Amino acid sequence: MLLEYIAIGVLLFLATAVAAIAIFLGELFGPKRKSDKKAQPYESGMLPIGPGTRRMPVRFYLIAVLFILFDIEIVFFLPWAVVFRQLGLFGLIEMIIFIGILLVGYIYAWKKGALEWE
Amino acid sequence: MDASQIIFGLTALLIIFSALRVVTTRNMVHAALWLIVTLLGVTVLYALLQANFLAVVQVVVYVGAIAILFIFAIMLTRREMRDGGPQLNKGWPLAALISLAVFGGLLALLYNAPVSERLAASLEGQDTLGALGQALVSPDAYVLPFEVASVLLLAALIGAVYVALNKKQESDK
Repeated sequence: MLLEYIAIGVLLFLATAVAAIAIFLGELFGPKRKSDKKAQPYESGMLPIGPGTRRMPVRFYLIAVLFILFDIEIVFFLPWAVVFRQLGLFGLIEMIIFIGILLVGYIYAWKKGALEWE
Repeated sequence: MDASQIIFGLTALLIIFSALRVVTTRNMVHAALWLIVTLLGVTVLYALLQANFLAVVQVVVYVGAIAILFIFAIMLTRREMRDGGPQLNKGWPLAALISLAVFGGLLALLYNAPVSERLAASLEGQDTLGALGQALVSPDAYVLPFEVASVLLLAALIGAVYVALNKKQESDK
């Protein structure tokens, strides 16, 4: 069974190798005359003001949390869906209860406007 | 030594190295990126243990979602991305001593455990995903934790929406 993972291993190796070669070639052939001016972040030709990072709106965090929660929901779906036909009506009812409880949260998030980006 | 043992050794080294980098690097974003490497290493361990579904879940949930959450959390903080403070506090020799004692104890335990007799049967060719699906909704197995998990997810969802979208808090700032 481990042999089935070889494709992923080859892909990982090629991706890493291509990235490494690209960086290495740039390092090898590119001229290296570093100066403070060049290390500055480019800000449309203006002099940079303050740190380059700023606080992001909390909505990014909210979207990430919602993403995780629905991600986990899907993780529960997958093994259930594989044996859906063997489980019959009982399995269907249990999944409906599971989704029903989560639907409450989904409607709450929807009504609160958590899914909108103002 | 066969191929899987070599892969395990290399992966374990990678996991330890990247986990150390997570706590020693001074750039928080770099720490988050090293954490992704650590989690990917754990994925390889799951694959070596023939836990296919767990490996996929590890990538989808941990690498795909939780790492993103960490990076967003870093972006939300007001602090500088770089930390210039000391990385050790006064108690570090004691902490190192206790950690070494725990490590030694675990090592002794593992050496004395009858490992070869207790090795689980190989999962080769078994329908582990189907068995998991059966167990998830069967009344004899995990149906109660499964339904309770939905309540947990619901609480997390409502909590996140409430904390992030509380209008009163926004006007206080």
